[in-house]
Amino acid sequence: MARAVTTNRKALNTAIAWTIGFVIFFPILWTILTSFKTEAQAISDPPIFLFFDWTLENYSVVQERSNYMRFLWNSVIIAGGSTILGVMIAVPAAWSMAFVPSKRTKDILLWMLSTKMLPAVGVLYPIYLIFIKLGILDSRIGLTIVLMLINLPIIVWMLYTYFREIPGEILEAARMDGASLKEEILYVLTPMAIPGIASTLLLNFILAWNEAFWTLNLTAAKAAPLTAFIASYSSPEGLFFAKLSAASTMAIAPVLILGWFSQKQLVRGLTFGAVK
Amino acid sequence: MATQHSRSAARLMMAPAVILLLGWMLVPLTMTLWFSFRTYLPLRGGDQGWAGFSNYTRFIGSSSFWPSVQTTLIIVGGVLLITVVLGVILALLLDQPMWGQGVVRILVIAPFFVMPTVSALVWKNMFMDPTNGILAHIWRFFGATPVEWLSQASMPSIIMIVSWQWLPFATLILLTAVQSLDSEQLEAAEMDGAPFLSRFWFIILPHLSRAITIVILIQTIFLLSIFAEIFVTTGGAFGTRTLTYLIFQRVLESQNIGLGSAGGVYAIILANIVAIFLMRIVGKNLDA
Amino acid sequence: MFFKNALRAATAISLVATTGAYAENLTIATVNNGDMIRMQGLTDDFTAKTGHTVEWVTLEENVLRQRVTTDISTKGGAFDIMTIGMYETPIWGANGWLVPLDDLSAEYNAADILPAMAGGLSHDGTLYAAPFYGESSMIMYRTDLMEAAGLEMPDAPSWSFIAKAARAMTDRENDINGICLRGKAGWGEGGAFITAMSNSFGARWFDEDWNAQFDTREWSDTLNFYYNMMSDSGPAGYPTNGFNENLSLFNQGKCGMWIDATVAASFVTGADSTVADSVGFALAPDNGMGVRSNWLWAWALAIPAGTQKEAAAKEFIEWATGTGYIELVAANEGWANVPPGARISLYENPNYQAVPFAQMTLDSILSADPNNSTVDPSPYVGIQFAAIPEFAGIATEVSQEFSAAYAGQQTIDEALAKAQALTNDAMEAAGYR
Repeated sequence: MARAVTTNRKALNTAIAWTIGFVIFFPILWTILTSFKTEAQAISDPPIFLFFDWTLENYSVVQERSNYMRFLWNSVIIAGGSTILGVMIAVPAAWSMAFVPSKRTKDILLWMLSTKMLPAVGVLYPIYLIFIKLGILDSRIGLTIVLMLINLPIIVWMLYTYFREIPGEILEAARMDGASLKEEILYVLTPMAIPGIASTLLLNFILAWNEAFWTLNLTAAKAAPLTAFIASYSSPEGLFFAKLSAASTMAIAPVLILGWFSQKQLVRGLTFGAVK
Repeated sequence: MATQHSRSAARLMMAPAVILLLGWMLVPLTMTLWFSFRTYLPLRGGDQGWAGFSNYTRFIGSSSFWPSVQTTLIIVGGVLLITVVLGVILALLLDQPMWGQGVVRILVIAPFFVMPTVSALVWKNMFMDPTNGILAHIWRFFGATPVEWLSQASMPSIIMIVSWQWLPFATLILLTAVQSLDSEQLEAAEMDGAPFLSRFWFIILPHLSRAITIVILIQTIFLLSIFAEIFVTTGGAFGTRTLTYLIFQRVLESQNIGLGSAGGVYAIILANIVAIFLMRIVGKNLDA
Repeated sequence: MFFKNALRAATAISLVATTGAYAENLTIATVNNGDMIRMQGLTDDFTAKTGHTVEWVTLEENVLRQRVTTDISTKGGAFDIMTIGMYETPIWGANGWLVPLDDLSAEYNAADILPAMAGGLSHDGTLYAAPFYGESSMIMYRTDLMEAAGLEMPDAPSWSFIAKAARAMTDRENDINGICLRGKAGWGEGGAFITAMSNSFGARWFDEDWNAQFDTREWSDTLNFYYNMMSDSGPAGYPTNGFNENLSLFNQGKCGMWIDATVAASFVTGADSTVADSVGFALAPDNGMGVRSNWLWAWALAIPAGTQKEAAAKEFIEWATGTGYIELVAANEGWANVPPGARISLYENPNYQAVPFAQMTLDSILSADPNNSTVDPSPYVGIQFAAIPEFAGIATEVSQEFSAAYAGQQTIDEALAKAQALTNDAMEAAGYR
């Protein structure tokens, strides 16, 4: 029996939800709007919401000052590379945890998660020294590896929870048909887990994109991603709200757009096994 | 199913991830432990020999230590409370029939995509600035004196900023859980005249407990190490110095690697205490 | 235009002759201050002259500081040139981390660098960093508001006059604060201001045996005076205001006076300012004890020891801190916008003497003496800092205690007691006591 929903109630829901959604989104909206104002309009009292002289000047100033495309490209490579690499390493591990569980599986999972609790700044010097020794300071490959390691526990865990939802009988049937382990993973398991893998990729891409400690401290010019780009726009001399907004918008826009286009995927997969 | 053959295959397949993480944990951990027993001052010529436990006693004996532990726990606890409570409410709301559900969902999850540095900068300058910030304008509009957010209400401000970033995450996970709720059971309860609160308490909340566990676990891991939000907004002043921030001050501002490393060891201990605590309380929900 | 090109050609020839035309790619770390951003925009001129290209790493001051310190103390070699200040240079130079700049070319004319700047950027008489711009601090005030208050600013006012003028100019109804000062935590922000101010009240950080001095009456006087003045006439939220916040307030016409870096003079009289036509300048105040409250600072370019590109890096330093660069900026942006405070010849240039704040800037710089900054003798060099490696860490924590007192979270006495304890503790850890 379907719940009888009155139009009134639906309208009320809509009004409340849109109001809350607007409030939560407002800081981002305001940043985007401010990025199109002049510096004087950006701090005008009372604030101007929409009726200002829209200008692209801030964007051209920011672009002139820093080569946005290079930062963007580094971000894409580092975040993308670390996520893909992480998933490649995590799929076999998650598979074995999900289908050949042992007494220690849960302990291993929790231990993996606990490695994320190490305070990064405490190990900055050790890691920096290692990076110098290996000659991978300010290199994309070095950052890709570090971000992969940082997110690996989350990736393993997410994949593990998706794999567990796949009924074991299907795998056994495949095995009866003579599928090898490799074939089993490649042709049976992976296709079934594609939604899960997709949302794992997305979530970890976002996490890697937004990581701001290692990406800032292990790079100089060559491998610096957007987190370093934004560090040159915080509190400069003079009025800067509009330029800061433009730089902020440029730093978050790619992942915001990606997130919006893929939000169905993300929502579907982001369960961490919370839903049975 | 678990034959000897597949067991050894499983171990082999787990090996790369386990070995990598073991290395990622052990190498820095060993070096941190080593440094924590040395007098290591980069600006005074580097490693100056054995220090015994003096770094440990000095770090814990500093007047900033216990306040920083307290600050850390308050921020983690405050953000968890806000995101879980609001997350449940939002999830229930978003599950209701409405027009433009997809758009609202997009609006609500957007903060999750914003870099912590950017969100801290935006909040600090464009919202919490006592002269030009939006909040100050709103306060003045209603004839009130603008709040000096980051100095007078520093902790609530930081908790608010961090909660804004993590609310989408909590909402998303809880929403998925709400959507899997057995609606017939709920409707039956509604027909029986059970008020909303008791329906919520006896049907919805138990169903969400697993999702809440996940939210708490994952967020705690990230919240224990928040840094950018504090660095950008208060720089650790006004009672917002967390343990992570205190270690940052020792390592990078005071350039005392030995002392900072000892602090790192304490932070690991704190993280493990929190982890054990979490496992005890919520781990049962996580039948791995 | 002809002049510029001729100059360019002449420099190019001289540089090519001395170093050979081997093109390098330099990585330079710098602060996101206006003058440095302008320098980035003019990099093409350097590349045209020398063939070397430049990769900029522009970071916010605090981020930059931690980034370059990590790199140099681990000998990471990520940067070929670093922008550092008067605090870092002597310490790093003493550690042998920087390439001595004692063999710069004759055309560069190192003797033209202001002695105060060269002194602060040297260790044992050897220059380790070349000043890009130098600054002291001074009073910038609104002539119109001063007049309306019926007061006249002397060239060298006292603190009691400043407090009186601040109260007279304050007009909360119209959102005008008599005085805007730094209160933000951080040794280079509010810490620098209060330390320079304390000097004029007869306070000092350490006595000659490196004992912290926050339990003295002089420090208590300094903080109480500051706190009372700011409570009566400071802007809302001043405990979180630093240089940028105050600049923004002043430019919006919300401050009667502002005591801060002399480089701000070109901003408050520049295009972004709504009060550009009514700004006056005066020396930083004193208390009749023989020491003024102005500081001395330079942002300077230094080369980390061990870089493979030392020759090219020196060429860049000669380009960026030489007189040719000043003329280049003057030709493009006007004399008011050239990097100030580094060279004697700039202040002898009639074009620059016409700039309204030039003389007061020079007077402020000349009246600052890092070797003699306190009323009572002190064991350290530096005015708004003590040039010892531990200072940055200690002073940041001390200034956090002060900021918490400004915000009313603790009393001034509590803040001073905490500052005293944590300073002595840190100095003990470092082996001074």
